[in-house]
Amino acid sequence: MKSPKFLLPAAAAGVLALTLSACGGGGGTTGGGGGGDAEQGLDGRGPITYVQGKDNSNVVRPLVDKWNAAHPNEKVTFKEQTDAADQQHDDLVQNYQAKNPNYDVASVDVVWTAEFAAKGWLQPLKDKMAVDTKGMLEPTIEAGSYKGTLYAAPVSSDGGILYYRKDLVPTPPKTWDEMMQMCSIAKANNIGCYAGQFKKYEGLTVNASEAINSFGGSVLDKDGKPSLNTPEAKTGLENLAKAYADGNIPKEAITYQEEEGRQAFQDGKLLFHRNWPYVYNLATTEASSKVKDVLGMTALPGADGPGASSLGGHSAAVSVYSKNKATALDFVKFLTAEEQQKFFATQGSLAPVLGSLYEDKELVAKLPYLPVLKTSIENAVPRPVSPFYPAVTKAIQENAYSAIKGEKTVESALSDMQKSIESASAGQ
Amino acid sequence: MSTELGPTPVKSPASGGTPIHHGPKGVGEDNKILSQGKWASWLLAPTIIALAVVIVYPIISALVMSFQKDAGLDPVTGLFTAGGPAGVQNYVNWLAQQCSAPGGGTVACPPGTLGAQFWSATATTFFFTVVTVTLETVLGFWMALIMARTFRGRSLVRAAVLVPWAIPTAVTAKLWLFIFAFEGIANKLFNTTILWTGSEWPAKWAVIIADVWKTTPFMALLILAGLQMIPAEVYEAAKVDGATTWQRFRMITLPLVKPALMVAVLFRTLDALRMFDLPYILTGGANNTTTLSILVINQIRQGFNAAAALSTITFIIIFLVAFIFVRFLGANVVEQSGATGKGKK
Repeated sequence: MKSPKFLLPAAAAGVLALTLSACGGGGGTTGGGGGGDAEQGLDGRGPITYVQGKDNSNVVRPLVDKWNAAHPNEKVTFKEQTDAADQQHDDLVQNYQAKNPNYDVASVDVVWTAEFAAKGWLQPLKDKMAVDTKGMLEPTIEAGSYKGTLYAAPVSSDGGILYYRKDLVPTPPKTWDEMMQMCSIAKANNIGCYAGQFKKYEGLTVNASEAINSFGGSVLDKDGKPSLNTPEAKTGLENLAKAYADGNIPKEAITYQEEEGRQAFQDGKLLFHRNWPYVYNLATTEASSKVKDVLGMTALPGADGPGASSLGGHSAAVSVYSKNKATALDFVKFLTAEEQQKFFATQGSLAPVLGSLYEDKELVAKLPYLPVLKTSIENAVPRPVSPFYPAVTKAIQENAYSAIKGEKTVESALSDMQKSIESASAGQ
Repeated sequence: MSTELGPTPVKSPASGGTPIHHGPKGVGEDNKILSQGKWASWLLAPTIIALAVVIVYPIISALVMSFQKDAGLDPVTGLFTAGGPAGVQNYVNWLAQQCSAPGGGTVACPPGTLGAQFWSATATTFFFTVVTVTLETVLGFWMALIMARTFRGRSLVRAAVLVPWAIPTAVTAKLWLFIFAFEGIANKLFNTTILWTGSEWPAKWAVIIADVWKTTPFMALLILAGLQMIPAEVYEAAKVDGATTWQRFRMITLPLVKPALMVAVLFRTLDALRMFDLPYILTGGANNTTTLSILVINQIRQGFNAAAALSTITFIIIFLVAFIFVRFLGANVVEQSGATGKGKK
């Protein structure tokens, strides 16, 4: 007898759940919007929030304090995310999707720009919202743009550097073939010759794209369509596969991320090592480093000159859902200004986006890799700019991994990459 | 409206009458039960609402999403547009490993897409489940038999056994990643040069070893609980009758520990079927160690709606396995609690 009454609250709960899910169905579909939101709040001024991944070297807080002291009515609150890139990405997606007006300015990894822009979440930085990009390195601007419009202002950059052993290699190689010839030196000294990052993760996309781009190929063409069935792309990827097959790339390199490779190089087990600028500080200061005094740096080797590095780094983007876009824009300009760029470089070892800073004597004295890095970034190609980047990077990783390990031919790996990317961009 | 349902003509408090507990004595038994039932239902309401919000709503929402197309790109504006209803297309795509074709329609998924990995991920998931659960059951049983004996330092052993289980899985995975690194302890110790995370079978075994190390204690403790339910007299009687150790194990221990054992195996199986952290951190899913859960997470980054369909498929697979266990193998987690409920009535 008590059951009918018992059901009442339960039924109420059920109805509630259904209503909620109806809302969810509506919110689940993305995109399209943004057109209207992009017109809103352009003149709004007031407190804003800046969202960025973990501030490991404490650069953001001093800058925010500096800004707040100068703008008491437009204070910036710093929201710190985790230090894992995937989680930062997912956090941004969730908040943009929920149209959170409090994610005014966010630090966006160069590879996310196209995806976020195509979803209509980022404020186009044009007309009233324009940012002056004069003096910024061209590839960094390219990486912040989608379909010819700037969506995220470059704040920090990053490029690959070839580290080598000065004691064993008198003149660093300029081309890939030169480097491969020098592998006899490695053999004579009983160490591995070359390693980058070849584990199946984002780093492999970086290394495979570099190999392809350096020999004149490209993953995507100007229109964002895959263009991998070319002889140039084949030569590029084949270089990696061949080097792995004949042992110039040691077999354990297939398990290397940045840290494993750096460790091997610092232990004196590698002659050449492709990595990011952060290695310089550690390799020259860590007590266990065996290459402290013999660390050489040069641009990545290419076909007949410097190779094409993949570009890393972060840009600052304004959310279309922000209510105080005027303040947000001012803060973005503040972050990209020379004074702050210098602070990023000295305090956080973040590569600046302003070309002039790479010749700044004071900076170069502190960060001797800057001239090499400038060559690297100037020749850099942004990783494939595509709103389907998550699918593109998976396609590259999956197939490049098999090709390098020799489980399939370079040709079929490239054609599978091509087909996978085509299918991903065809949408569902 | 609640009054109509009430069994007695007495006014219920909901319709404005005097609250029962303040009312005059001598009100009928029925009324007391009624008020109790009412109170109970209101007291339970917050729980039910909470469950509805955190369980029912996400499940329904996921189901609704799984019948929607993922956003597509408008070639002119370069912006994503909502996909619209998809019918069962998302499910068909996964099961038949079909991907969108450039000109419209579908083609067989090329290697490098997530769609191409569905059946291999399913096979990998079941392979891991069967191997790890079998190993964990055997080892766990053995450990439980040892722990059931009385010896000095028994409580210390029992506590020590729990340590792997107490470490968060992600931390375990990182630990084993260091152990299985090329320059790691595993290779140093055995003087080998195996690429533990870089080639197919070593990668699979790395995941299995780490998983067995972590969850055998769980099995051991559940089985131990079952062992301790067996009265010592049964063994004594068997000994008097001249049963050998093997006979005692086979005829007494096994049948009597079976209910606990089946529950433990069921729990571990369901757990293993949604394995994620270990392979994700150890190998990143390379070398055929991608499980269904890893596939779901990867798909979330490429499109929510297809991911919703995939997680629904995963849910159905796990549900079927649980159903088979409960129905045919006599793992009576559900029936037993149902029976006691009836008894109380």
